[in-house]
Amino acid sequence: MLLPSRLISGIRHIGHRVIEGVWRLGIASRFFILVLLKSGTSLRRFNLVIRELYFTGVLSLIIIVVSGLFVGMVLGLQGYETLQKYGSESAVGTLVALSLVRELGPVVAALLFASRAGSAITAEIGLMKATEQLAAMGMMAVDPIARVVAPRFWSGVISMPFLAAIFSVMGVFGGYLVTVVFIGVDEGSYWSQMQSAVDFRFDIMNGFIKSCCFGVVVTAIAVFEGYDAPPTAEGVSGATTRTVVTSSLVILGLDFILTAFMFRGVS
Amino acid sequence: MQRTTMDLWVGLFVVMGVIALMILSLKVGNLNVYNPSQSYVISGNFENIGGLKVRAPVKSAGVVVGRVTDIQFSTQTYDAVVTMSMDSRFLFPKDTFASILTSGLLGEQYIGLAAGGDEAMLKDGDKIMKTNSAMVLEELIGRFLFNKASEDDSL
Repeated sequence: MLLPSRLISGIRHIGHRVIEGVWRLGIASRFFILVLLKSGTSLRRFNLVIRELYFTGVLSLIIIVVSGLFVGMVLGLQGYETLQKYGSESAVGTLVALSLVRELGPVVAALLFASRAGSAITAEIGLMKATEQLAAMGMMAVDPIARVVAPRFWSGVISMPFLAAIFSVMGVFGGYLVTVVFIGVDEGSYWSQMQSAVDFRFDIMNGFIKSCCFGVVVTAIAVFEGYDAPPTAEGVSGATTRTVVTSSLVILGLDFILTAFMFRGVS
Repeated sequence: MQRTTMDLWVGLFVVMGVIALMILSLKVGNLNVYNPSQSYVISGNFENIGGLKVRAPVKSAGVVVGRVTDIQFSTQTYDAVVTMSMDSRFLFPKDTFASILTSGLLGEQYIGLAAGGDEAMLKDGDKIMKTNSAMVLEELIGRFLFNKASEDDSL
């Protein structure tokens, strides 16, 4: 039986894409191992990591602080609107803190981090490759992975948990601002209900572990896309877009898996 | 080593991150109230645990003195065996009365301990003998209706 040629070419196209994807995943894994193996230099010359921490961490602070504040304010407002129907508006602190510490803090901070710092890392490395700076380093016997990629990777891994924690704290403060200061929920019950509901090991440590995982994943994707970008203007712009899209999808998918592992045994 | 303003900013960033983590652990989730490192384990059989969950607090006089660590169903006695991890600062007499209570109308359920008068104290692995089950709303309503009906009959 003969299949129509258009169908065959469609199937062939899908197969090509799948094989290409698996191929890239293999290259990415090998690259990731290579970065880990060659990060000794960046630990010995920690100045390189500090320089990158400034660009990935410090410069991301403003967007993290402002969006944390607004997310917390919205959570407080919406939580209050719903909870006051049941006369339990004093539980609004619990709602704000738990949703921030467990989910929104790590996830939204990681999404913002991917689009603020991840895209910058990709564009920078991609452009260095396009202008043959990486090749020039290789000529001078300087390993570009150890000199350029590894410090950026570690700066992202270090700054992500801090950014997530700052996001959560700003959110809790934003919720406090809206519900206690503006609406007038009792201040004591806001804090005490929050404290009795939030558990250090189950909630805060799990949120911290989550943000560490996201930090590794986002920066690994960013440096790989930059290093792998075709050395043209189009190639770099495509790689930057792919960084943001891929890391956002991976963050959300990984978040589901981590949540399923962490919080299933609790209730 | 050369000092730059960049180092200052990075230092500030790290300090902010550490402070945020400390606020989260001390102010948002109170780390210091219940420390499970020094604890002893006791258990009790309950006829009905209602909506009691693992990690629910064990309170005495409203103060958290422990947590529920495990809930099992026993096929020997056909009731629930609740295991509690208690703070070792607080010892309770052997004839302590444990009941499952609800905080507020819709709040979570917890185990309330009322101390007895026995000289001997509960040790690690002991069992609480006197327990009181959770209140089940349907049973309560059923009993109320039954009493109401019998009152009406007697009139």
